[in-house]
Amino acid sequence: MAEVGARPRVPAARRAALRAARAFFTPLLPDDYLELINPLWSTRELRGRIERVDRETADAVTITIRPGFEWVGHAPGQYLRIGVAVDGVHHWRAYSITSDPGRPDGFISITPKLLDSGVVSPFLVKAARPGAIVRLGGVEGTFTLPDPLPPRVLFISAGSGITPIMSMLRCLERRRGLDDVVHLHSARTPQDVIFATRLRGIAQSHPGMVLHERHTDRHPRFTPADLEELCPDWRERATFASGPGDLLDALVDHWGAEGDPQRLYMERFQPVISGDDAGGGAGGTVRFLRSDLQAIADGGTPILVAGEEVGAVLPFGCRMGICHTCVGRLCSGRIRDLRTGEVAGTEGEVVRTCVNAPEGDVVIDL
Amino acid sequence: MTVLTTRTDDERDDLTVAVPTGDLDALADELDALYHEVRADLGAADAAYIRRVIAAQRGLEAGGRALLLLSRYRPALVGGVALLTVAKILENMEIGHNVMHGQWDWMRDPQINSTAWEWDAVSTARSWKHAHNFRHHTFTNILGKDRDLGYSAMRVDPEQPWHPIHLLQPLYGVGMALTFEWGIALYDMELDSVRRGEKTAAQARTDLAAFARKAGRQVVKDYVAFPALAGRRAPRVALGVLAANVIRSVWVHTIVFMGHIPDGAETFGEEQLEGETRGGWYRRQMVGSCNLEGSPLFHLLAGNLSFQIEHHLFPDLPSSRYARIAPRVRAVCERHGLAYNSGRLGRQYGSVARKILRLALP
Repeated sequence: MAEVGARPRVPAARRAALRAARAFFTPLLPDDYLELINPLWSTRELRGRIERVDRETADAVTITIRPGFEWVGHAPGQYLRIGVAVDGVHHWRAYSITSDPGRPDGFISITPKLLDSGVVSPFLVKAARPGAIVRLGGVEGTFTLPDPLPPRVLFISAGSGITPIMSMLRCLERRRGLDDVVHLHSARTPQDVIFATRLRGIAQSHPGMVLHERHTDRHPRFTPADLEELCPDWRERATFASGPGDLLDALVDHWGAEGDPQRLYMERFQPVISGDDAGGGAGGTVRFLRSDLQAIADGGTPILVAGEEVGAVLPFGCRMGICHTCVGRLCSGRIRDLRTGEVAGTEGEVVRTCVNAPEGDVVIDL
Repeated sequence: MTVLTTRTDDERDDLTVAVPTGDLDALADELDALYHEVRADLGAADAAYIRRVIAAQRGLEAGGRALLLLSRYRPALVGGVALLTVAKILENMEIGHNVMHGQWDWMRDPQINSTAWEWDAVSTARSWKHAHNFRHHTFTNILGKDRDLGYSAMRVDPEQPWHPIHLLQPLYGVGMALTFEWGIALYDMELDSVRRGEKTAAQARTDLAAFARKAGRQVVKDYVAFPALAGRRAPRVALGVLAANVIRSVWVHTIVFMGHIPDGAETFGEEQLEGETRGGWYRRQMVGSCNLEGSPLFHLLAGNLSFQIEHHLFPDLPSSRYARIAPRVRAVCERHGLAYNSGRLGRQYGSVARKILRLALP
């Protein structure tokens, strides 16, 4: 099975009518015909139409999307899985939502940055045009503004790490929460600052907002050592950080040593799925019922990878625990979540093979 | 050296053809390379093709059914049956059969996908995929293993034991063509294997229940719900749909019987499977399959199963690519001294009909 979009929020009456009409369309659904008229009408997966493509920098664009049905909503800072067909093949990627959830037109936006070696970002940045249809998956992510809003905020971002923070800033602006905000942002040159006009505009119109831009072609990137000078009261602020892994690592160390780690919120672009961070599981064997193959996995190897290594043909999608394409029913055994280290698993439970390792011997209906 | 025992269609003695093992390995390498070349080349144009066929099929189906509802006018009735028949043929052949082979799985589309597709036929996709993709495509033309070789009812190979019932096969062969959709659905459940202990009764019950659900929904759609929209003219509309289903059955049956039965197609004994290499498998697919020649429209309506040889070599390559690789497959055949059996429908049909008549007798 291939990854599929989120289930749209369809009015109940419409769903009931479509269900009643199914007898005329079996083995297809009314959707199969309606989608040919307008792809946005699909009720089995949420689609969106690209309404605008706005260039932000030489290698980043903001793509504004009209969801086919009422937007399910998101918390500022969360990301969205988005599916596009590139050269005939569907690909799914996660992008931070850069729009404010309270947008009156109900549109959402993402701001991909070009990665030359990638497949999806070159398509979105160079080829995507208004009118194109994309598939919209689930909204995920725990890097969000807490409720109630913190009174004093510090944002630290670098490069395209600005994207989730832009959604937060827009939300704070709408909710008048910009009374005491410091934002430290690094980018290579002034021209490389994504949302430059918007950021500078918000800073100018809100006396409580201070924006420090650092251009790394001339100056070194922000480090925790700069905090005493640029934001001496950083310990009293809720800090939201988004950027490359080494920046985040430095912040974690600094907050751990001199601040309150509880007040540092951050997002890593790549989820950490590896044995060392998950706290050393025992590993075990996995038996795949349908192919009748057996695999041995160490504590850091996902069930999916272990199965593929012995030749099992298994469903997969995102390979990072988001899309639920890879799920299988657990027949027996316990599993360890590689992201949290948590051991779980009851018989009959449906589990994601891409982010769970066996903890002992496991049988899975896949 | 691998020694292959092959049987030809008539009562001549078994031919024993010796093919050097090295040649078979070279054959496998050449065909593997062709397969990977096409796979690597698949892209937006291929995706657009199958989407276009699907859209056209749904348009024809909607149009055909709309005309049927106007069936008090005779031309509308005739036109409706014609459009619906073409739609149903496209749905089963160029779309259903090929999607369920996984020919379009590379697109990673959640619907146009062998694991998700369900077709407009009374057999379930699951049961058909097992019988067809696994049994027929793995054991192609192995007597006693390929259940599609005559469907256990027709004697289509002199090596198949004669039974007095076969005297009637020209007659019930016609009946089979008319009801092919239903016959396949029942046959593919392999209920006879319960008696032989190869399948549990519980599994058979599960399969039967799935078939009953699927067939029930199909019957309600075609003969109850849809005709009811025509009010008092419902019986006429139902007859129109019946006509489309029967014509489709006859057409599918025709194309299927042209695949492996015409003169020249070789069959094999079970010993062929012992130690069969990839090259041996490719060779068996080539010499056991027969192509049909015709226009692009004919190939489309045949679901490109008219390129039976290419399909059996590469069952999961998109059907739209078979025509393009056919000359190269033919060249490979010629280089390796293998027969490339191909003819127009009329000739192949005649050959199959003669064989069915001849083999009705001991």
